[in-house]
Amino acid sequence: MLAATARVAGDIDLAEECVQDAYVSALDAWTRDGIPSNPAAWLTTAARHRAVDIHRRNQTLRGKLPLLVEPDVVPADVEDVQLIPDDRLRLVFTCCHPALGREAQVALTLRLVCGLTTAEIAQVFLVPEPTMAARVTRAKKKIALAHIPYRVPDSAELPDRLDAVLTVVHLLYTTGHTAPAGEQLVRADLVDRSLGLARMLLVLMPDEREVRGLLALILLTDARRSTRVDTAGRMLLLEEQDRTQWDRAQVTEGLALVVNALRGGGAGRFAVQAAIAAVHTEAPTYADTDWRQVLELYDELLRRWPSPVVALNRCVAVLMVDGPQAALDEVDALDASGRLAEYRYLPATRGDLLRRLDRFSEAAQAYRSAIALTDNDLERAFLAGRLSDVVELSRSTS
Amino acid sequence: MAQYLILIYESEEGYAKASPEELRAVTTAHTRFAEQIPALGGTMLGGNALQPTTTATSIREDIVTDGPFVETKEALGGYYLIEAADLDQALAISKLCPAGFGGVEVRPIWDLSGG
Repeated sequence: MLAATARVAGDIDLAEECVQDAYVSALDAWTRDGIPSNPAAWLTTAARHRAVDIHRRNQTLRGKLPLLVEPDVVPADVEDVQLIPDDRLRLVFTCCHPALGREAQVALTLRLVCGLTTAEIAQVFLVPEPTMAARVTRAKKKIALAHIPYRVPDSAELPDRLDAVLTVVHLLYTTGHTAPAGEQLVRADLVDRSLGLARMLLVLMPDEREVRGLLALILLTDARRSTRVDTAGRMLLLEEQDRTQWDRAQVTEGLALVVNALRGGGAGRFAVQAAIAAVHTEAPTYADTDWRQVLELYDELLRRWPSPVVALNRCVAVLMVDGPQAALDEVDALDASGRLAEYRYLPATRGDLLRRLDRFSEAAQAYRSAIALTDNDLERAFLAGRLSDVVELSRSTS
Repeated sequence: MAQYLILIYESEEGYAKASPEELRAVTTAHTRFAEQIPALGGTMLGGNALQPTTTATSIREDIVTDGPFVETKEALGGYYLIEAADLDQALAISKLCPAGFGGVEVRPIWDLSGG
């Protein structure tokens, strides 16, 4: 049926949409009139009619909407970017337009900029393919109906709009850096995709320091990839990682970019995060890290980007500078604010701090809460290990 | 060019409690808003303020009831119909629309002309 519709539609994307529309109209018509004697033929005919309709309408829209009519002419390889940099950049800004929801922005960027299929994007989001197809279709429809423009924003709007683009790429990276669920810590495909996008953006916007900052952040954090899991498949924290095995090429490239992104003051949030990653990269060991500088950078980051997640990450630096009680006070204040209610790293951090303060039974409670919120197998195993440690300790001390 | 409806959602209580001077300031702000639209490249096609939702009557499946269709803290209190090049221009215009007791929603008009 899809193939039959595709012949009329001339475009598999359009055909998929028409077939879905046919199912929707079938639901109406069959409820009203009863199921036809040959349902498959009914559906195919309906889908083909829909394709012809859309084609007629597209004839008039073609001039106005190159994006929707020809989404697949976009090259799938990052190397091709030099060929049509302007078109590519326009497309990125359209996909990440603030009038679209965050999930739609990510989905459209993967579909239209990276050339992923709807099935592949569904895999990224861990949702059924029809759900993702509907999401992409809805977003494309909004672009067309609301006339979301296909252009690079002017300089007055650029900082905000660029931030939305970088947020999409960063979200893709963080989702790959620690997979939200499953038996692997890292989703290498997503990390590589985000790295490719960040590199592409730097080619397209060589003067934007925040693009440098984001690329540096990804390179420096991802340089640790191979050291984050040991040979037994156990997750290793930053303090346990073999720093000699960090990817030197990525580190060198990342450090050069950070210096550039920070030059001239007034660095953006991605550049400051990259600077924090750089301090870790340059430290010989975890204990010998310049934690005061890390703390100062987190203060700077919080001023630019008052996010509760940043405030929680900052608590690790507070722990290293001012000790576990000071850090716990800040984590408890964040907990009381309720802004990180479902965020697994909040109880995990609390558990760690309580453990350091020898409050083992409270630590056990915090680890249990963290485990309940964690779906990544390696993270769960790590937390379960910590939980059994503190349960043991609370028995031996009581 | 495309057409957009700017729907102004505001707290009616804000208006009920406003002083005559505050209400005059709102009127002036709307006049200024209308004057600013051409400079942004758009056109004002029309617009009106609505009487409060206490005057509304709703009809659902032929049943007539007193009150607005949807009860909300911030109610539809007025609208503008504008023409703009694209959503970015429509949003730039809408950002200037006075809505001190709430905010605005921007909706593209469905073009049924078939052209």
